[in-house]
Amino acid sequence: MSTKVAERTRGGVGESVRRVDGVPKVKGQFLYGSDLWAEEMLWGYTLRSPHPHARIVSIDISRALSSTGVHAVLVASDVPGRKTYGLEIPDQPVLAIDRVRYQGEAVAVLAANDLELARRAAERITVAYEVLPAVADMEQALRSDAPNVHDFGNVLRHIRIARGDYNTPADVWVEGYYETGMQDQAMLGPESGLAIPAEDGGIDLYVATQWLHVDRDQIAPCLDLPPDKVRLHLAGIGGAFGAREDLSMHLHACLLALRTRKPVKMVYSREESFYGHVHRHPARIWMRHGATRGGMLTSVYARIVIDGGAYASSSTAVIANASTFAAGPYEVPNALVEGTAVYTNNPPCGAMRGFGAVQACVAHEAQMDKLARALRLDPVELRVKNAVSTGSVLPTGQIIRGSAPVREVIRRCAAIELPPAPSERDPLTYPGGAGNVSRGERLRRGVGFAVGYKNIAYSGGFDDSAECRVKLFSGPGGVIAEVHSAAAEVGQGVHTLLVQIAREELGIDTVVLHPADTSVGSAGSSSASRQTMMSGGAVQMACRAVRDVLFERARRAGLDRELAPDIPVAIRDGQIFAGARRVGALVEFLDEPIEQTRVYHHRKTTPLDRDGQGDPHVTFAFAAQRAVVEVDEDLGLVRVVQIAAAQDVGHALNPQSVFGQIEGGTAQGLGFALMEEIQLKDGRIRNPSFTDYLIPTILDMPPVVSVLIEEPEPGVPYGAKGAGEPSAIVSTAAILAALRDATGRELNRVPVRPDDLIGLAPPVQSSGPPPAPNVPYPEPVPKALGIL
Amino acid sequence: MRIMDVLLPRTLDEALEMKAAAPAAMPIAGGTDVMVELNFDRRRPATILDVSRLPELRTWRKEDGAFFLGAGVTYARIVNDLTMFPALMQASRTVGSPQIRNRGTVGGNLGTASPAGDALPVLAAYDAEVVLARAGGVTRALPWHQFMVGPKKTVIAPDELILGARWKIARGPGSFSKVGTRNAMVIAVASLCLLFDEGGRTVRVALGSVGPTILRAPDAEQFLARVLHDAGAWDNPRVPVPPAAIEEFAGRVAQAGRPIDDVRGTAAYRRHACTVLAQRALTWALSDRKLKETR
Repeated sequence: MSTKVAERTRGGVGESVRRVDGVPKVKGQFLYGSDLWAEEMLWGYTLRSPHPHARIVSIDISRALSSTGVHAVLVASDVPGRKTYGLEIPDQPVLAIDRVRYQGEAVAVLAANDLELARRAAERITVAYEVLPAVADMEQALRSDAPNVHDFGNVLRHIRIARGDYNTPADVWVEGYYETGMQDQAMLGPESGLAIPAEDGGIDLYVATQWLHVDRDQIAPCLDLPPDKVRLHLAGIGGAFGAREDLSMHLHACLLALRTRKPVKMVYSREESFYGHVHRHPARIWMRHGATRGGMLTSVYARIVIDGGAYASSSTAVIANASTFAAGPYEVPNALVEGTAVYTNNPPCGAMRGFGAVQACVAHEAQMDKLARALRLDPVELRVKNAVSTGSVLPTGQIIRGSAPVREVIRRCAAIELPPAPSERDPLTYPGGAGNVSRGERLRRGVGFAVGYKNIAYSGGFDDSAECRVKLFSGPGGVIAEVHSAAAEVGQGVHTLLVQIAREELGIDTVVLHPADTSVGSAGSSSASRQTMMSGGAVQMACRAVRDVLFERARRAGLDRELAPDIPVAIRDGQIFAGARRVGALVEFLDEPIEQTRVYHHRKTTPLDRDGQGDPHVTFAFAAQRAVVEVDEDLGLVRVVQIAAAQDVGHALNPQSVFGQIEGGTAQGLGFALMEEIQLKDGRIRNPSFTDYLIPTILDMPPVVSVLIEEPEPGVPYGAKGAGEPSAIVSTAAILAALRDATGRELNRVPVRPDDLIGLAPPVQSSGPPPAPNVPYPEPVPKALGIL
Repeated sequence: MRIMDVLLPRTLDEALEMKAAAPAAMPIAGGTDVMVELNFDRRRPATILDVSRLPELRTWRKEDGAFFLGAGVTYARIVNDLTMFPALMQASRTVGSPQIRNRGTVGGNLGTASPAGDALPVLAAYDAEVVLARAGGVTRALPWHQFMVGPKKTVIAPDELILGARWKIARGPGSFSKVGTRNAMVIAVASLCLLFDEGGRTVRVALGSVGPTILRAPDAEQFLARVLHDAGAWDNPRVPVPPAAIEEFAGRVAQAGRPIDDVRGTAAYRRHACTVLAQRALTWALSDRKLKETR
């Protein structure tokens, strides 16, 4: 039967539909995880390690346990099942076992009648520590005399991507060394959830998370419960950006609820949140680029070290990403990329928007600018010349199969009009903003350009499928479609998009969302810019399956003639049409609801082999940005004047949401370029608060002028590519380039500080790349050794 | 279990009596400092005394050539209404966000006595005194530098409350500037207030966030007063001040700072920023004097 896509219904695909959660969020009526409440609930609280590395000699909980209002105090020995968990490698203790490996590691948890009582009782837990020497530096971790963070050593994963001969002769060589700091996701809603013990011995956990099912799969074994007794429900999420990929309070609340047989709520304070989730990996990157006199890249050598901190989290995937994206979206016949993720006693690092590609982009784009200068070529033209396109071979040997309109992305971005020089200015618009430090003295304008790219969905052979259930039924106000997906709405707009797709496919207006939980199959993570393709694809498939059943019912009702195979069938305005002929109202065929469940899989990929060769990524999205900045050359203060952005989105299913993603990602990239850094000293966080961890305000954000490049991706639903990450990848690099242009300084570390901009602090130096560790395989070390 | 008492006086007298009865009670007005301390678990006062309802603290008035600013006046009200004190307005505008400015008070800046308190360099440049009161109608006034004696350290007695600040109204241009690593909502890395007192023929400069407490730059102030005197610029604002003198002045201002390295900035940058801010503030003031003259 040939069915054509349903006629346009209001609020379908391609429209800037108002968000389903928009009005309640704006009005302050949206319920976030931190608003959860249950009758007789207790408050959980976590006692954390003050030391980056120490042996636990003893823990005395007796005084805490006898404190007023305290119902339970739990330590590692109280964990009934597996004692450790982890996204990729279960190396992180639920509660510290004999040893703490970072400042802030959970040592004990307790539940009390209210949070203040819990906090006070926690002070009455006595932990005797024997402080151990800490590994507080990622290069120190690689040295043979460094203490071991884990018994098997400090190398978590080493990737080597070799293609051709990276020493092949070139006309021009440029070298550079770059550092990026530790960025925090700074999601506005801290970690929060409520665990409710169930009568069947199981547990219901309401939690703000990015992936319900991977949480459940980590929680169940630690609780020693079968997975079906661990039921997760999505609580309202106040931002995620990767910070909610790992477990935080999940297991602790469940343990306390199962022990006390009462609901237990946990909400982190902002300070605790800095200790309670992973951060963006600090990176050190050495690069050497070779090119012909004509400006064609001949070779890229990249040595990347990232600081994974105390536990694995997703570092093994982040280093794979940083390594596979090290050369940028450029054709290069010869490459050697060596990437190492190490363990240290710093806070664990893991997923954050851009996932390794951000750090790589800072380096490869600085290199492209250096190369352009060495060759006296226009930096934009140099990028156009070397840009990949469909059919290009990447350093991993992967051939780009999908759409890759990189040249158009670059050209369209460069063609956006530059901002005019303002004639009369509000003092608020000078660098320094509200501080009233400038009337325009010593202002220098600079322009910078950056291109980058990102894989969509999980890579390296992983099948991160998405399930969706769609039910079509006759309701009081007409025909209703209910979409049941476990996809996490982290603010990106996936819930709105799922509704749009159901409207589009079923040709009806009324679509409702079933609450996201684990009673439907996994949607995969709201990560890796993947939900548009994955859960979007699953809704589309389920809707089409529903439609097939509907048409089958129509056919059985004696409408064979109208529904002959050669006549296109469609639904519009609640009616089934065969060609131009109306064959009946939907409601006539819905005495019984129709429910269909489908699972969407992306195309298969492969892991990297020993030479870093393979077909690791599903597909790619590209972006370019041009930043215009003003620097106060006396004070080293900055105002970003304009961001021009072009992004390869395949097909914008909700243009307003896509623009929102571009602007939000730009803000996060701007923060990374100029101010956002978790400052560490000897493994300790010096600024765990929004007083001293600064994120951009509206006075820091410039207008973002965006253009969307819509070249549909073949073989994916509606040809749409995820749009969450590419802007966050390129904006840091573009702003950095603009600052270099304005000041003429090297600026090889982000975030850039005022001291760097006025020459009070020299560029970061390196004595050269550290030798590659002796790890002759691409698998994560603990996995290859069969330890974890 | 009792965790905390919150006292809610309706009048100043009532508040002072409560403070006398419970000297450990922590006063709270806008709460923009106190609540942070509580949330971070840095303080756990057994008693909190809410002074935000006291009408006596929410007023300002001219008093015989002087000005009294009640401790409970919010930054938002200063920004909107106190146009006669541009430097104070500018400083108030740099405080936090609109929400914080709606709550935060000058009394809070004084009570906390952080070297980064945005209003404090202005009060120091005004040579303001801090008015304190205790039960029984007893008040005393201390010069700002005798009141704030160290980082977050004042000499307020346990039974006293801050009534407000008082200063002599001076004529002349001036400004407040604050450097931070974000364009709004930022704690000062360095701040500076420069004021001309045309009547007294002095220039006053105060620095924030570059020492244990607010600092004045007396050497630079005297140097500049002399330069202006020697050039005849006090009488004739159109007389140019040599750039070398401005530079020298700025250098001497920076010398007054005693900055440290911390999580917000380096000592070297702070010292440098003081030089730049001093140079700019003086240049703006000199140009404002000229402008006023030509009008």
